[in-house]
Amino acid sequence: MKPAPFEYHAPTTTEEALSLLAEHGYDAKILAGGQSLIPMMNFRLVQPAILVDLNNIPDLAYINPGDDGGLRLGSMTRHHQVETSPLVAERAPLIHETMPKIAYPQVRSRGTFGGSISHADPSAELVALSVALDGNFRLRNRDGERWTPAREFFVGLFTTVLEPNELLVEASLPPMPPHSGWSLKEVARRPHDFALIGVAAVVTLDEKGLCQQARMVLISAGDVPMVAHKAVELLKGQAPTAEAIKAAAEVAATEDIDPSSDIHATAEFRRHLANVLSRRALEQAFQRAAENK
Amino acid sequence: METTLQNVFDLAVTVNGTRYEQAVEPRILLSDFLRHDLGLTGTHVGCEHGVCGACTVLLDGEPVRSCLMFAVQAHGREVTTVEGLGTIDHLHPIQEAFQEAHGLQCGFCTPGILTTVKVFLEQNPNPSEEEIREALSGNLCRCTGYQHIVDAVQLAAEKMRK
Amino acid sequence: MIKKFIGKRVMRNEDPRLLTGQAQFVDDVEIPGMLHAAFLRSDYAHARLLSIDVSAARQHPGVVAVFTAEDMGDDWFPGPPLVSPPPTAKDVTFHSRRQVPLVKDKVRHAGEAIAVVIAESRYIAEDAVEDILVEFEPLEAVVDLEKALEVNSVLVHDDLESNLAAQMFQQKGDYEAARQQADLVIQRRIVIERGAAAAMENRGIVAHWDAKSQHLTIWDTTQAPIPIRNGTAARLGLSEHQVRVIAPFIGGGFGPKIMMFYAEELVIPWAAKKLNRPVKWIEDRRENFYATTQERGQVHDVEIALSRDGHILGLKDNFLHDTGAYDPYGLTIPLNTQSHDMGGYDIKNYSSEFKVVFTNKTIVTPVRGAGRPQGIFVIERMMDAAAKELGMDAVEIRKRNLIPPEAFPYEHKIIDQAFAPLIFDSGNYKAVVDKALDMIGYDKFVKEEQPHLRVDGKYVGIAIAPFVETTGVGPYEGARVTVEASGKINVATGIGTQGQGHFTSFAQIVAEQLGVEVNDVRIVTGDTTEFHWGTGTFASRGAVVAGNAVHAASSIVRKKILKLASKVLEAPEDELELEDGQVRVADIPQKSVSLGELAVLANPLRGAVEPGTEPGLESTAYFGPQYGATAFGTHAMILEVDPETMMIKIRRYVTVEDCGTVLNPLILEGQIHGGVSMGLGNAYYEKLHFDENGQLLNASFADYLVVSATEMPRIEVGHLETRSTLNELGAKGVGEAGAIPVPALFAQALENAFHDRKLEILEMPLSPNRLFELLNEEKSR
Repeated sequence: MKPAPFEYHAPTTTEEALSLLAEHGYDAKILAGGQSLIPMMNFRLVQPAILVDLNNIPDLAYINPGDDGGLRLGSMTRHHQVETSPLVAERAPLIHETMPKIAYPQVRSRGTFGGSISHADPSAELVALSVALDGNFRLRNRDGERWTPAREFFVGLFTTVLEPNELLVEASLPPMPPHSGWSLKEVARRPHDFALIGVAAVVTLDEKGLCQQARMVLISAGDVPMVAHKAVELLKGQAPTAEAIKAAAEVAATEDIDPSSDIHATAEFRRHLANVLSRRALEQAFQRAAENK
Repeated sequence: METTLQNVFDLAVTVNGTRYEQAVEPRILLSDFLRHDLGLTGTHVGCEHGVCGACTVLLDGEPVRSCLMFAVQAHGREVTTVEGLGTIDHLHPIQEAFQEAHGLQCGFCTPGILTTVKVFLEQNPNPSEEEIREALSGNLCRCTGYQHIVDAVQLAAEKMRK
Repeated sequence: MIKKFIGKRVMRNEDPRLLTGQAQFVDDVEIPGMLHAAFLRSDYAHARLLSIDVSAARQHPGVVAVFTAEDMGDDWFPGPPLVSPPPTAKDVTFHSRRQVPLVKDKVRHAGEAIAVVIAESRYIAEDAVEDILVEFEPLEAVVDLEKALEVNSVLVHDDLESNLAAQMFQQKGDYEAARQQADLVIQRRIVIERGAAAAMENRGIVAHWDAKSQHLTIWDTTQAPIPIRNGTAARLGLSEHQVRVIAPFIGGGFGPKIMMFYAEELVIPWAAKKLNRPVKWIEDRRENFYATTQERGQVHDVEIALSRDGHILGLKDNFLHDTGAYDPYGLTIPLNTQSHDMGGYDIKNYSSEFKVVFTNKTIVTPVRGAGRPQGIFVIERMMDAAAKELGMDAVEIRKRNLIPPEAFPYEHKIIDQAFAPLIFDSGNYKAVVDKALDMIGYDKFVKEEQPHLRVDGKYVGIAIAPFVETTGVGPYEGARVTVEASGKINVATGIGTQGQGHFTSFAQIVAEQLGVEVNDVRIVTGDTTEFHWGTGTFASRGAVVAGNAVHAASSIVRKKILKLASKVLEAPEDELELEDGQVRVADIPQKSVSLGELAVLANPLRGAVEPGTEPGLESTAYFGPQYGATAFGTHAMILEVDPETMMIKIRRYVTVEDCGTVLNPLILEGQIHGGVSMGLGNAYYEKLHFDENGQLLNASFADYLVVSATEMPRIEVGHLETRSTLNELGAKGVGEAGAIPVPALFAQALENAFHDRKLEILEMPLSPNRLFELLNEEKSR
């Protein structure tokens, strides 16, 4: 299990990295934390001709407050930095709470926010969270930049809107409105494995205690992070009663997702878990929203 | 061999306080570099896909899988391996605790556990059993059922608090 | 006072080296000029090999050689049988088909080695493997055990009439007559799937042929260095004294490292000799999932006959056993299953036929437990089914059937894995069960706690599972104990060690005999130059068989010490004491001589000795038990399950073990903890998923779920000691015990937790997904 040969580049600035991507395009693979890419290279499932290593670009690793009260995360920010950041704990409690559930300590000290997002694994928590929190991504190439909402970024299994010459440089996460609550519920074979199913929910109540806004995203429930549109529609403008939540969870599990079967779980079991966890996530999120006045 | 040594990189890295300068092929994993180029065979390789944790070393004081890094990525950095803890005659308190609590059997996973625990106890000097088990979640051990490892970490924490 | 070491929690001698990264494992061996090997392995499980083109690989820069079966010429022949075939007897069929060094005609399992590349580095060797072109004719794969025996099945071995590898029938009493008497007869089908041993260290071999001294040195991750030495010498036409096999520190064995003569063990030494260069091959984790042996696959059709009061009148168990593509390990596993089918119960009538089946899957040889967990799963599942049918308490029905203390030695009248009569030497089974019940607080939980938990909507179950473990089988092991001039003791034995603490437990035996400290005893295991008779570490036999050999040799050395010291000190032997490395006259402590001085006196450089004198304070002794010592234990568990997600939490876990004399409780507890973690894997986490093409779908640690620290409960360990009558130490083995009853216990606890459902678990391992399916099936019944 040794990787095949490759040509190695270690740019020290973003501009340098972007011009390498412009030059090599499809032949180049970006190396961020390497915690998904290097195992695949060791198995020789991936044999890139050229590796562009971003680990020597200090400018890409930061956690900054956003002007809107949200967060700006550089794409090379390590999971461990996010996990231990007081700013993240304050402004994105859902992310703060989720970080310890991502893999193991050794992976979190190396893995990066942008790497996880760009890898677009539908089983990855941060992928789902970025959608649930209505994040935006800044993508750059040598000639300019564009912003893409997280909900439009993931287009297929391990596939994003990123062009071969583009780099995800920053994620912007807006603040949660007042009266908001959040939850992440997951079931995994062992606690630190990829989830069989996970559910991230973010909800906001109006002054009357009715559901004003809700977003629910399911993990390992399809080729991309699966947004439970229909379930959420049922809740909007409604009081978050046990019955309403139960009905929404049912819809999420039956109509909003497209899970597949593998050795760990059949699609049927995944739908069952999606139902259970959607209910539990919504319950917790609404309860927190009610407490966050 | 020149034909295969394409794109050779001049690596300078400090390992356990000693500076090494060596030309390496970029694809050489840090685990292989430590073991076979530097002869620091205390770091063990169990899966080469980042799950078992036997190859855990410290990179600038943080625990990382040395099988999920290329040696070139350690350029200019400081690496600590199990050989950088204590010696046979002067065991590190964590190593002492592992002997006293029988926290190892075959000893193959042990170096990765010791390096992981070192950082963990620096960050959390008085951990609960649950926190210890979480901290060990990225280190597989097939011999011990983890109980004596957990005991050893608790004992090490006591020793280090003194 | 003479210091006692046996039974003490002595810290391990071997730990400082292991803890500081100074212990040598096979992959740590570096030799100047060493080459590195990588194997081309088949992606197909079953395919005819039409052609191989290695020309491009041979041209690859840095490649020194590429070998195929054809290149091995007359040196190509299958490995030797590992275990003697069963005695020719009525009711026994056995077709021996052994693994080959490199595939010649037909691939029989995915991952089978086809060619080997030897290069300047492992990286280059792997590059060149990709350059080899192979033309296959894919064949239908034999995967399912029952389909494999259908008349129209494709054949794994074309020269056989069917995929039947072996067949054997054993009986005791008259099952059919017992069945006629029964008030209740229960039939079940039980399916058991494969798991991996998953030692943290993969396998590895370094072979170094020194042409000038005509000597071959092999470092091998084997549990059995001496048989490897003997077999390698025979294959290469060398004297056994020209071959040295070293099993240095080994990163866990668990059974598969005693699959003597893996393909790589046949190829690497041969290649090193042929190339006259040292060659290293280190298995990677992916290879380990395909090429290292596995175990557990069986299908049982069981029938139990009982009286109304819950006494077992008879048991019938016909089963299929998956041996994979070859059967080098004979009938060990299915015979072990039969030996454990009756658990610790007094069952007078037993009938069992097994059929061993060839399939296109990795070879099966023992993995920690070795057929025993299957037998215990079968009988314990039937006990639970019987308890439910009869409306009896799960504990009561078990107690009613345990073998009583006065029945030992208890003869089962069937043969065991060594083809010897199955006899349980000693035991006090009910006391062990009672202790486990007491430790877990069975009555209190069932009467007081569980009802409240159920009212609160919690699904929390309790279970108790007794089990036997046949251990410490022959044939024999030996040891040489030597007092050195330094006064320190050197001990050599032939077995290998893989973490069991032999460097310490054996030293305790010697230290107690010779009056020295444990760390004054240096133990050498696994080096054929140091000791060259013996078989290996398997079947929970190290402490029992080699331990007793060490005990015997040190007893003789003690006599030699006393005899010589008596002369030197001019005092009768019975007035001498061995203490602190000295021999002293009991009442005159200043009159003493050190062991080192005696060692020098025993090996004079000049002068005459009495005729017949042997030099030195040294003895070599052997121990071979009449038959294996049988241990007994009971595990108990309180398990909570989330009925919606199928996630589990083990609230309490208790083990009580009676393995005779305990040498070192610390080491013993470690063995049990580790066994339970593997057993828990077999219960709920670890399953090798083969698809219908014989492809392994989870050949990585990301998908094959070894239990980690977060799933393991804290284990409370209790002991009772009923000495074995078969050896002087009174010891019984314990290496596999922890793993044996866990799946049975787990199933019982889950059924107990789902008190309001008619859940019945007849398979191991289970998984959250399967549990969900079983509950759905129950709902729709």
